[in-house]
Amino acid sequence: MDIQLKRGLLDVCVLAAIKSEDSYGYKIIKDMKPYIELSESTLYTILKRLETSNMLTVHTAEHGGRLRKYYHITHEGLNRIEEFKKEWIEIMSIYKFVTKEDENDD
Amino acid sequence: MMTKQEFLSKLRSGLVGLPQNEVEERFEFYREMIDDRMEEGISEEEAISDIGDVDEVISRIISEIPLTKIVKEKITPNKKFKAWEIVLLILGSPIWLSLIIAAIAVVLAVYISLWSVIISLWAAFGSVVGCAFGGILSGAFFVINGNIIKGIALIGAGITLLGLSILFFYGCKAATDGIIKLTKVIALKIKNCFVKKEEA
Repeated sequence: MDIQLKRGLLDVCVLAAIKSEDSYGYKIIKDMKPYIELSESTLYTILKRLETSNMLTVHTAEHGGRLRKYYHITHEGLNRIEEFKKEWIEIMSIYKFVTKEDENDD
Repeated sequence: MMTKQEFLSKLRSGLVGLPQNEVEERFEFYREMIDDRMEEGISEEEAISDIGDVDEVISRIISEIPLTKIVKEKITPNKKFKAWEIVLLILGSPIWLSLIIAAIAVVLAVYISLWSVIISLWAAFGSVVGCAFGGILSGAFFVINGNIIKGIALIGAGITLLGLSILFFYGCKAATDGIIKLTKVIALKIKNCFVKKEEA
């Protein structure tokens, strides 16, 4: 897949993974696994990028005698998901246009 | 097989020389990832192999951190200088300052010469295309003025140049891509120089 496209998709996927409740690194990877494979280092980069662009906030909480980082989605993050949904409708109509010829060929 | 301790200590020693806070944050991130897996009942070995090869993780982190940040970390002293060290630094400045400037100049010169090759290639490409169109246009002009033989010869030459320029284009493009790749490799090498020195 095109790198730029994949990067944008992964950003939205990670946001979706923390949308309903705050989540942590390993859980995000597990939740996304059925849909898209994600390595630790990639996830780190994405989380950093989303944090810098104020799409999520990070807080540390104790868990089982150690510290764990939790990621919380912000308003900007939720907006990004909504934006993505709208963009996707556009992309689908482009897809239809691109594949129109194929259908006629059959 | 590698244990969690081995993985983490290898990770830390591989990142020595990078900005402190950056190293700490990455370290904690990977530790949490391993701990969370083990808490779920995954064996230590499996959890480590899930994360991947530690050397690959290290080189990926190094390539992600900008060179300027690494150099800044090097230049900012971790400890306070003693008075005699400052005296030595100032006295030695004619030597080390000129050495640093020379090193930067060498790197810069390499970059500039690499890119000037690319720019001149594209300029040559541009002139070939220009000549092609010039030839075709002036050929047409000759034909209109009745000098048909000269005109056709010029048009032929123009079309030949145009054909050559297509080959030329792919050559230029390959060279540009190659230089971009080379630039990235050089940047990574320079970064590695900074990171590895601390280890020794």
